[in-house]
Amino acid sequence: MFDIDKWQEILSTIKKNKLRTFLTGFSVAWGIFMLIILLGSGKGLENGFENEFRGAAKNSLWIWTGRTSVAHNGMNPGRAIRFTNDDYENLKNNIDQREYISGRFNIWWGNQVTYNNETHSFGIRNVHPDYEYIEALTITEGRYINHLDITHHRKVAVISTLVRDILFKDESSEAIGKYILVNNIPFKVVGFFEDESRNENNMRLIYIPISTAQMVFSGGNRLHEISMTIHANNLEEAQRAEENIRNRLAAVHNFDPDDRRALGTWNSFENYMQMQSLFKGIRLFIWIIGIGTIIAGIVGVSNIMVIVVKERTREIGVRKALGATPLSVVSLVLFESVLITTFAGYIGLVLGVGLLELLSGIDAPFFSNPSADFGLAVSATLLLIFAGAVAGFVPAQRAAKIKPIEALRDE
Amino acid sequence: MITLQNIHKSYQMGLNPLHVLKGIDLQIEKGELVSIMGSSGSGKSTLLNIIGILDNHDEGEYKLDGKIIANLSETKAALLRNEYIGFVFQSFNLISFKNAMENVALPLYYKKISRKKRNKIAMDYLDKVGLLDWAEHMPNELSGGQKQRVAIARSLIARPKVILADEPTGALDSSTSYEVMEILRNINQEGITVIIVTHEDDISRMTKRVIKLKDGIIEADYVPKPLQNSSLNGSGSRLADKENVTLNIQT
Ligand SMILES: Nc1ncnc2c1ncn2[C@@H]1O[C@H](COP(=O)(O)OP(=O)(O)OP(=O)(O)O)[C@@H](O)[C@H]1O
Ligand SMILES: [Mg+2]
Repeated sequence: MFDIDKWQEILSTIKKNKLRTFLTGFSVAWGIFMLIILLGSGKGLENGFENEFRGAAKNSLWIWTGRTSVAHNGMNPGRAIRFTNDDYENLKNNIDQREYISGRFNIWWGNQVTYNNETHSFGIRNVHPDYEYIEALTITEGRYINHLDITHHRKVAVISTLVRDILFKDESSEAIGKYILVNNIPFKVVGFFEDESRNENNMRLIYIPISTAQMVFSGGNRLHEISMTIHANNLEEAQRAEENIRNRLAAVHNFDPDDRRALGTWNSFENYMQMQSLFKGIRLFIWIIGIGTIIAGIVGVSNIMVIVVKERTREIGVRKALGATPLSVVSLVLFESVLITTFAGYIGLVLGVGLLELLSGIDAPFFSNPSADFGLAVSATLLLIFAGAVAGFVPAQRAAKIKPIEALRDE
Repeated sequence: MITLQNIHKSYQMGLNPLHVLKGIDLQIEKGELVSIMGSSGSGKSTLLNIIGILDNHDEGEYKLDGKIIANLSETKAALLRNEYIGFVFQSFNLISFKNAMENVALPLYYKKISRKKRNKIAMDYLDKVGLLDWAEHMPNELSGGQKQRVAIARSLIARPKVILADEPTGALDSSTSYEVMEILRNINQEGITVIIVTHEDDISRMTKRVIKLKDGIIEADYVPKPLQNSSLNGSGSRLADKENVTLNIQT
């Protein structure tokens, strides 16, 4: 392998047949280039989708109530189910797989938020402190709602940087500690957040402690939704947790556990897994196309090498007459093939990665930051060396079989 | 050096085999200068190829330097060729993309001698055949005689014990032929066995022994009458003088 002289012998052959070498290498370079671009684009697509779905934790579970649709224990269908703080406590204390949990109390009316002369309509979310993690919010300054806010019914608000800029304009930098009016009730701004999904709907929001909201907006102990993150290693575990919750709430509220109208759930884990399997499919598809392209390249190289061996029959015969062993003839052809394939493939690799690098700035919806990682580059390189060996195999065998007398006979 | 006993060789041509060599008995000692003559198709090249281990015989025994040559693997044959035999061909068979020096050095590559060293040795041999100034030239920039001299230098570089030349002058004009023959004779004077296949009478008369083939058997084996020195020096008279024949009819 590391016989420098052998490589020099091969290099000198290649150097003196530049056009042939170029033609041979081109198809391989093209194949690898395409593979890298394809894989990079796949990655970009994947990144894009992940960005779109980044708003919530990947293992979150959302639960809301509705009306029963089937009779249960002698109760008629059509009965409204309502969550209260007790349901929150119940799930908080009894679900083993729970990580973060928060209730949510909605106010449907008004939603007027005012600072000085600026009055705007924003979404108002009344939640527990854990909600920060369930929605995967980023606190850019100050803090999120905490437990003291809940127990003391503090009138505090956490607003998005977007809301801050709309309300406070050039006072933005000193907004913390200022009071804003929410449906004419003053709340103190304690922090700013950003939502990673950068979806504007998720940014036109302010957060208020749930206990405060229930008190000042006369909600009693009423909850509209409960959301949580659950610890699950796979889809089955996530579904089991969901089942568990459903049964527990059905027992308390006296409805059929299978009644999807009475209790609605949305499991992001399920969604995430679906997405993952979609990407697995896309990745597989891309590899199949890419490898197909490379195989075309291999066949191309192999064909050209067969022709080369034919053209060089006489030369190989001379070499044999001068003492070349079959093994040295095989390695001459095989290494030439590996060298050309590897080198050409490397060029394709560099060009492909280079193009991806140029495109890496892209951040469109559902397509972001296409890239090829190091592991991919390494496996592509190994693939190339292997491909070169495969491509050289048949022609090398032919070369080894050339009989010097046949080759040397004058036509 | 070379001992052939009852060598037979056939080629399979379609349905019926073509019997080319029909029992060759031949002994060639170290340091001989031999020419093989005979009409076209008489089996000269076939015989030379068997001696050169480029081809194998069907029947009989071939001993090279005391070693019996039979059923060799290709690898073994290649090593023996590299060690014992230098080839010179009618059509030179230089490698077109290698310059004169690299062509000459090639056998040493298969002897695993470093590039630097073998190129240096190649220069010495090019000097020997008077082509030192042409070392960097590619084969297509050389005349026929020059090509053949490069090929001879190449055949010599691995210090073989036997040089086999199949019509080395067949593609050359007469004065160039004589130059080439002069070189081969000088090589022979250094103790190397030289066997030359030729059609030309005057070429054979520059050797010390002529073996005449006819229809696959040795028809005659004799010492030719030497050419006059005047014609050797290029006067160009290729008229065949009546030979001083020692007939040695085979039975
Ligand atoms: N590889 C082969 N396959 C089949 N037939 C062959 C082969 N090599 C030679 N022959 C045949 O064997 C016979 C002898 O051939 P050979 O080349 O030994 O003759 P030659 O004496 O060298 O002739 P020439 O003077 O024309 O070179 C010829 O009839 C030729 O056609
Ligand atoms: Mg012949």
